[in-house]
Amino acid sequence: MLLDSVLFYLFAILIVGSSILMITRRNVVYAAVWLINALIGTAGLFLLQAAEFLAGVQVIVYIGGITVLYLFVIMLVPLREEMLQRRFASQGWIAVICSTLMLVLVSVFLFRGADSFHLGQAAPPPAELGQMTTNSEQVGQALFSRYLLPFEMASILLLVAIIGAIVMSKARGAPGSSISSMDN
Amino acid sequence: MYPVTTAHYMLLSAILLTIGAVGVLTRRNILVVLMSIELILNAVNINLVAFSHYLQDVSGQVFVIFVITVAAAETAVALGILIALFRNKETVHADEVDILRW
Repeated sequence: MLLDSVLFYLFAILIVGSSILMITRRNVVYAAVWLINALIGTAGLFLLQAAEFLAGVQVIVYIGGITVLYLFVIMLVPLREEMLQRRFASQGWIAVICSTLMLVLVSVFLFRGADSFHLGQAAPPPAELGQMTTNSEQVGQALFSRYLLPFEMASILLLVAIIGAIVMSKARGAPGSSISSMDN
Repeated sequence: MYPVTTAHYMLLSAILLTIGAVGVLTRRNILVVLMSIELILNAVNINLVAFSHYLQDVSGQVFVIFVITVAAAETAVALGILIALFRNKETVHADEVDILRW
């Protein structure tokens, strides 16, 4: 129990610190690296809460897939010119004030309502889960029985997104490109 | 202090959401704005897993998988748009994209 708490605060500090560093770095590559740190912290939190499958998915898909995609696109940005420019929008301080107000509001509701929602310790596992032991097994069971239709729709969404990304980023002079026929 | 409850996870999630919102609203670079959106989606994921653990119901974790799927699709399309934008306008700053036509 004590180890759980120590690990929770460790991961929480890692996530919050990396996120703050991520949104303040001038160099986009550093921001991507701090994003990887925050995602690793989130994967650790998933492990703490007995969601091992999601921790693996987080590391493979987010860190191995999405962040690498970001790093590839960062190669487009002229970093030398980027270093000389302003980082923040001119009215950014208003956004900071509004977001902090939102955080205060959520925290007040959370602290006042934490007892009435009975958000205490985790409930003991129900008895009928006895024959299915591992987390991956439970997730797979739910994914392919109760959530089968959303699962198939998610695969169609991914297909549409892949085609959309290819069409968007196709080179200008490529044959059959809809982008090249639109301008000029 | 040390029994970590679901409320702790919710507070951490709220902090992460706030940092992500600040990043989306204040940064000029569209790449960092997209990374901040990932932070916001991660805050949602932490909440979902915390409630899944608290209720001992695996549905929350299934929804995290869907959130990750949508995040991957969103990133792919957004980066494609960004490449097309950079090819046409030579900028990755959100406040320099201020016309609705070419």
